[in-house]
Amino acid sequence: MINNNSVKFIMAGRRKRRRRWILVTGLLAGLAFILCWTMLLLGNTIYPVNEVIRVLLGEELNGVSFAVNTIRLPRMLTGLLAGFAFGIAGNTFQTMLRNPLASPDVIGITAGSSAAAVFCILILHTSGAVVSIASVIAGLATVLLIYIFSRGRTFSIGRLILVGIGIQAMLNALISYLLLVGAQQDIPAALRWLSGSLNGSQMHELPPLSVTVLIFAPIIIMLGKHLSMLELGEQMATSLGINTDKTRILLIVSAVTMIALATATTGPIAFVAFLSGPIAKRLVGVGLSNAIPAGLVGVNLVLAGDLIGQFAFDVRYPVGIITGILGAPYLLFLLIRMNRKGDL
Amino acid sequence: MSSSTDSANSINYRFNSFAPRNFTLVLVICGVLLFVCVLASLAFGSRLVSWNELIDGLFHSNTDSYGANVVRKRVSRTVFSLFCGAALGVSGALMQAVTRNPIADPSILGVNTGASLFVVSGIAFFNISTANQFIWFALAGAAITAVFVFGIGSMGRGGATPLKLVLAGAATSAALSSLVTAIMLPRSYVMDQFRFWQVGSVGSGSWDSIITFLPFLIIGMLLGIFSASALNALALGDEMATVLGIKTSMLRLIAAVAAVLLCGATTALAGPIGFIGLLSAHAIRLMLGPDLRYIIPLSAISGAIILTISDVIGRLLGSPGELEVGVVTAFIGAPLLIILAMKLKVRSL
Repeated sequence: MINNNSVKFIMAGRRKRRRRWILVTGLLAGLAFILCWTMLLLGNTIYPVNEVIRVLLGEELNGVSFAVNTIRLPRMLTGLLAGFAFGIAGNTFQTMLRNPLASPDVIGITAGSSAAAVFCILILHTSGAVVSIASVIAGLATVLLIYIFSRGRTFSIGRLILVGIGIQAMLNALISYLLLVGAQQDIPAALRWLSGSLNGSQMHELPPLSVTVLIFAPIIIMLGKHLSMLELGEQMATSLGINTDKTRILLIVSAVTMIALATATTGPIAFVAFLSGPIAKRLVGVGLSNAIPAGLVGVNLVLAGDLIGQFAFDVRYPVGIITGILGAPYLLFLLIRMNRKGDL
Repeated sequence: MSSSTDSANSINYRFNSFAPRNFTLVLVICGVLLFVCVLASLAFGSRLVSWNELIDGLFHSNTDSYGANVVRKRVSRTVFSLFCGAALGVSGALMQAVTRNPIADPSILGVNTGASLFVVSGIAFFNISTANQFIWFALAGAAITAVFVFGIGSMGRGGATPLKLVLAGAATSAALSSLVTAIMLPRSYVMDQFRFWQVGSVGSGSWDSIITFLPFLIIGMLLGIFSASALNALALGDEMATVLGIKTSMLRLIAAVAAVLLCGATTALAGPIGFIGLLSAHAIRLMLGPDLRYIIPLSAISGAIILTISDVIGRLLGSPGELEVGVVTAFIGAPLLIILAMKLKVRSL
């Protein structure tokens, strides 16, 4: 029997976790807000805050208008949306498959979308809706392929990850080939499609990505509770009253669509999808859905990575190089910890 | 060492004193394929040469037609790619034997990327510029990376399982290749000719680089071939190998040194070329069974064939330029990785 005291104890724990969740999410949002403003203010010339605000409100200021409206604002918004999409979608896969290594950029889903986008843009010379649709289809097809190849007699997450790494190697080779044929080894283009970059973000590329994030992020956030039940395992989730197949398909489609659109816009920004979930979980703790915190961590990673890449060195590095260098040691650290605990 | 090798040999001979059943057939097939791919490598490229020009270029040194000169240029490239393929094939077979893991290959374990990073750093920060210097940097990088990846991959329960090794290799490789890009990007004007540090290409093969490469190839090959029969015993497990009188850690060290010598030297001259070790060793294993005394030497031949054919494919697909051979081998080799992953038993993951 649960007596009054234990109810109180459980409620107190719940409140404590919720307070922590709200605090962490608030801090992450605040940090993201600061980074967004920094992106608008910093550049070759540093503009004062009031001038930038006046430009954003629609005023025309010589020089400032061009820099903010055509360069910095699209760059900031693209980073914001793509980071949120990568973070939230990565976290969805990691939670659903109950393994932080099963993120879309480790198992090749991002590479699938990227290959489709490169094919459409460089070979077919299309843009806009066709690219978006093709990259979504390619992302879903990659998921399906990984699922078919790793099904086996009994499901094993280890096999899924190995198959994913193989598929990723193949898709990356395909991307290199397409770049050679299409872009004649144009290095900026190559870097964008191999490691992700915010360079050359334009306002007119934003609508598809923003619509996708506005539709699918709420779906994933609303399914957050179901996702945490799925994490308990198939049987437990079913007995808690969840239609597991339906939930899982809805989650996969939403996550892949976000990943695909973000990839089609910025290229596969290395390790953001992989890093966001585990970092958010560390900060928030267990017990509550960490979809929103993961999305915010993604935003912070992309924006901070881009700022570091732009201003910290003599050379301007694309954001994917920075997140790649930051992300890979964390992947190693995670591997070491999982190996020690015997999770692999 | 020699006594332990002898005892392993006597055990092996008792159970398996004959060459595998298809041995002659496989040798013939390998010979024919080798001949065909050498011819293809000489004939195909951005300019297709005719049969006469091919003969002129090879045997009539006094002929001075354009085609004959093209063929002469391609000879060094072909020899270089044969040697690189042989080195990578043997290196992969050795790594599979040492880690007792079917999914091992210098590129999958990240060793090639480590070698690449060291060479690129050497060029950028220490002004190294000759093939001789490249090789020493590459060997250091390959050795350090191999120890590092194996260290991480063998932590925890169950030792070095395929999954742990592959993940450690992939993570290390991702980290190191980000660093390679970061070092190369600001120096792209210098590094333009060195783009192959990222994907691998045999296009830079010259007689000079072949001569620099040769000692490492020979030493690595000999070490590999001499440790083959002892590695056979290691395949039975560490305890069994010890019972058979083999010093397992010494054997592992020798075989690993051979593997690192071979793949490090290759990467120094051709950049990180992936999946050759995986493909060539498994092709031979499929035809001849698991006896390493055959797999290790024959992986050299199959590796040479696969790399040279891939190079020809890259030249044809990329014409008028060329597609780096590393891209082609990844595209051919990755499906094998997937197939091997599908076949692995859950417990051994």
